[in-house]
Amino acid sequence: MASFSLPANSRIGEGRTHKVAPGTKRIKTFRIYRWNPDDGANPRFDSYEVDLDSCGPMVLDALIKIKNEVDPTLTFRRSCREGICGSCAMNIDGTNTLACLKPIADLEGPARITPLPHMPVVKDLVPNLNQAYAQYRSIEPWLKTETLPPPDGEQRQSIAERAALDGMWECILCFCCTTACPSYWWNGDRYLGPAVLLAAYRWLADSRDEATGERLDSLEDPFRLYRCHTIMNCTETCPKGLNPARAIGRIKQMIAERAG
Amino acid sequence: MANMTAVTMRSTLGRVRGLGAARSGLLEWWGQRITAAALVPLAIWFVVSLLVHLNEGASSVAHWVARPWNGVLLLALLIALFRHLGLGLKVVIEDYIHAEATKLATLLVMKAVLTLFWIAATVSVLKLAFAG
Repeated sequence: MASFSLPANSRIGEGRTHKVAPGTKRIKTFRIYRWNPDDGANPRFDSYEVDLDSCGPMVLDALIKIKNEVDPTLTFRRSCREGICGSCAMNIDGTNTLACLKPIADLEGPARITPLPHMPVVKDLVPNLNQAYAQYRSIEPWLKTETLPPPDGEQRQSIAERAALDGMWECILCFCCTTACPSYWWNGDRYLGPAVLLAAYRWLADSRDEATGERLDSLEDPFRLYRCHTIMNCTETCPKGLNPARAIGRIKQMIAERAG
Repeated sequence: MANMTAVTMRSTLGRVRGLGAARSGLLEWWGQRITAAALVPLAIWFVVSLLVHLNEGASSVAHWVARPWNGVLLLALLIALFRHLGLGLKVVIEDYIHAEATKLATLLVMKAVLTLFWIAATVSVLKLAFAG
């Protein structure tokens, strides 16, 4: 059966509180999920008070400040700090998003930060995304053609054909959507999840690709594709404002179209 | 993610590819939507008819069922309803039960019960339609 409660060794306890110096004017508290695979202890929430007058505007700025100035053991992924690498995807106050794009000012009360839901945790805010990456690999996200490009040029598209890829190429594979999807939580070992299906549709919609039928064949499956129950958490949570639910709907439409 | 906790040395890509695509799912997905659409007018018609004939006694309701188009629509309602119910429950069971044997047993019991109820309801309509 699907499990609806956390196993005993995953229950989250209360951890340490790190206070700022007395007299600090603008204080924001961050309650951050901590788990260390090496100490055998249950996960816990550590609270960190941050002086907003010496902190950048985004949640990622606060995390970096905490790591630099308060607690160097705090572990999280980050790289570009401008919403293009997808590394700092995490759950902030119950919503999956990118820490670098989330303004601290948007958060009321103490901010609760946990790793992306329902993925194995490597440490603290770092989830193990191997399965999602392998699923991305499994849809063969590259151009497949037999017709060779002209010797003097490229495989060309009309302006309209190129425009058909808008809303898909922007995906940065942060997996905020996939890890927000209950269908993926219960059946992630077989259901591909919204991020990977959006990527699959990106290649189905590409006018240059010559493997459309093959691609549809490998998606037409009660679990890989049809486990999507149009819950729409994916579209709701996407930090890039994309619409994976619509892409999945279009894949279902293409499969229906070729059947009749 | 049942497989993540199991001890395996198979590669992640191997596990993700698994047994491959079943090349099915379209008919069930489409069937669920078709029956849902059919149920909207059929359910409204049925509820309105029930309300109209509510206080008229058993013989009057039997007479209502015995009229040809009422019988036809009632049978259509039963087909759409039980097909939709079966498809919906199948999805719920597949979503939440992961042990193959338990899943199969639950699906078989669910289908058997629904089939019996569907036959019983159909026979009732036919009985009223022909003997009523």
